[in-house]
Amino acid sequence: METKIYFDNAATTPVRQEVLQEMLPYFQDFYGNASSVYTIARKSKTALELARKQVADALGALPEEIYFTAGGSESDNMALKGVADALQKKGNHIITSKIEHHAILHTCEYLAEKGFEITYLDVDQDGKISLDDLKKSIRPTTILISIMFANNEIGTIQPIAEIGKIAKENGIYFHTDAVQAVGHVPINVKDMNIDLLSLSGHKLCGPKGIGAIYIRKGVQITPLIHGGAQEKHRRAGTENIPAIVGLGKAAELAVAELPQTAEKLTKLRDKLIHGIQEKIPYAKLNGHPTDRLPGNCNIGFEFIEGESLLLLLDSAGVAASSGSACTSGSLDPSHVLMAIGLPHEKAHGSLRLTLGHYNTEEEVDYVLNILPEIVERLRNMSPLYEEFLKKQKS
Amino acid sequence: MEYSEKVMDHFMNPRNVGEIEDASGVGTVGNAKCGDIMKVYLKIENDVVVDAKFKTFGCGAAVATSSMATELIKGRTIQEALQITNKAVMEALDGLPPVKVHCSCLAEEALHAALWDYAQKNNIVIEGLKEPVEDVHDTHH
Repeated sequence: METKIYFDNAATTPVRQEVLQEMLPYFQDFYGNASSVYTIARKSKTALELARKQVADALGALPEEIYFTAGGSESDNMALKGVADALQKKGNHIITSKIEHHAILHTCEYLAEKGFEITYLDVDQDGKISLDDLKKSIRPTTILISIMFANNEIGTIQPIAEIGKIAKENGIYFHTDAVQAVGHVPINVKDMNIDLLSLSGHKLCGPKGIGAIYIRKGVQITPLIHGGAQEKHRRAGTENIPAIVGLGKAAELAVAELPQTAEKLTKLRDKLIHGIQEKIPYAKLNGHPTDRLPGNCNIGFEFIEGESLLLLLDSAGVAASSGSACTSGSLDPSHVLMAIGLPHEKAHGSLRLTLGHYNTEEEVDYVLNILPEIVERLRNMSPLYEEFLKKQKS
Repeated sequence: MEYSEKVMDHFMNPRNVGEIEDASGVGTVGNAKCGDIMKVYLKIENDVVVDAKFKTFGCGAAVATSSMATELIKGRTIQEALQITNKAVMEALDGLPPVKVHCSCLAEEALHAALWDYAQKNNIVIEGLKEPVEDVHDTHH
């Protein structure tokens, strides 16, 4: 069946019409290389610097603190490897959390192989780190704290300003993977004492394959990609102007509309969460009830498995995602759900519905209408449910 | 990863879902840790599997292989039933994505576990049937 309802906006988003329109002239009309001197290239240069300002404004940063990359993963790699390399004489200890995106976790594993020491902070049942744990884990050799702004699976928002304060007091760089947060929750890198921040275009109705990293003025960092002089020698490669223009426009729109969007999505999200919990027994919210991304609903259904749930939802025209192992091709369920303390069988039964710009209340109603039957159908097939019912009777 | 039409058919319209109250043999394999649990019920009369039902906690492939395995075993003699391999289940479903092959192994094990239970209950030895293993994933990965 054709996808009628797209509830997987944390995976990616469609490009907004206004964004696409801004991008189009830079494919065929203004295709010049931003490094060249002639008129058509100056168009590219102007567009590049406008986008840089748009992204900077979205974060409360200066334009010269914004560097374009190929996406969130590159920005995360650059922050970690770049700071680790530049500060290796100062120390070799990095603090992060257990619920980071793989772009952080796998980069940390790589750095650990190179001799860096990594502390992975635990999170509580809502997915929050403890500031006390953070303070206690700081060593004289700590060179970087990298904690994500908001989690991609369970939507939990970390106490970023408090973490920034602790980092600043201890003279340690603070990086945050804000891929899920930019354009969705208010961010000010200066007020929050953020030294480095990763963001991605396609999570805020911009194009894929483009992202940016904010690097506070004065932060020491080694480039990831060496080559030409682009991005002030910090990121070589001819700039992808159409995508950069798209990212700039998407960031500008998202931040300008943020209060209204957040209000609308929070309302829809809460209707979805409460509706599911009213209609379906043994369904528990994963993540923090209030400190969570406006569009994120993550529910664990007992006795059933996530991939089956996704297939049945897909057959009803709804696109969603799950923390089940079966959707990832590995046998282990999501590391995030395990870190908040879910046992395996409950982690396998999680459903993530993430709302975005184009979603409506009618769509939420439709999902609330079809979901109980789908869950019931799978439970009637489940030996775990059968066992549970028998135990209840006896 | 994409499922064949056959897999999707057996997932969307699974055959033989349910329990058999007076089953001759019941086998449960897999565990919640890996995300798949299959429970197979067999009704055996005069050495022939006259009915088969299942309950499965698991992904689309786990449901489809349970459905197909119970289809394949119905009407077979015990010796014929033993010949139903994971490969036969996979072939009958027009194949499975590589990461889902273990589901077909689980289905084979579930049939064997139910036959083993039948043999235990009736104090008989079924030639060529081995005691089910605790965690089939360990044997196939």
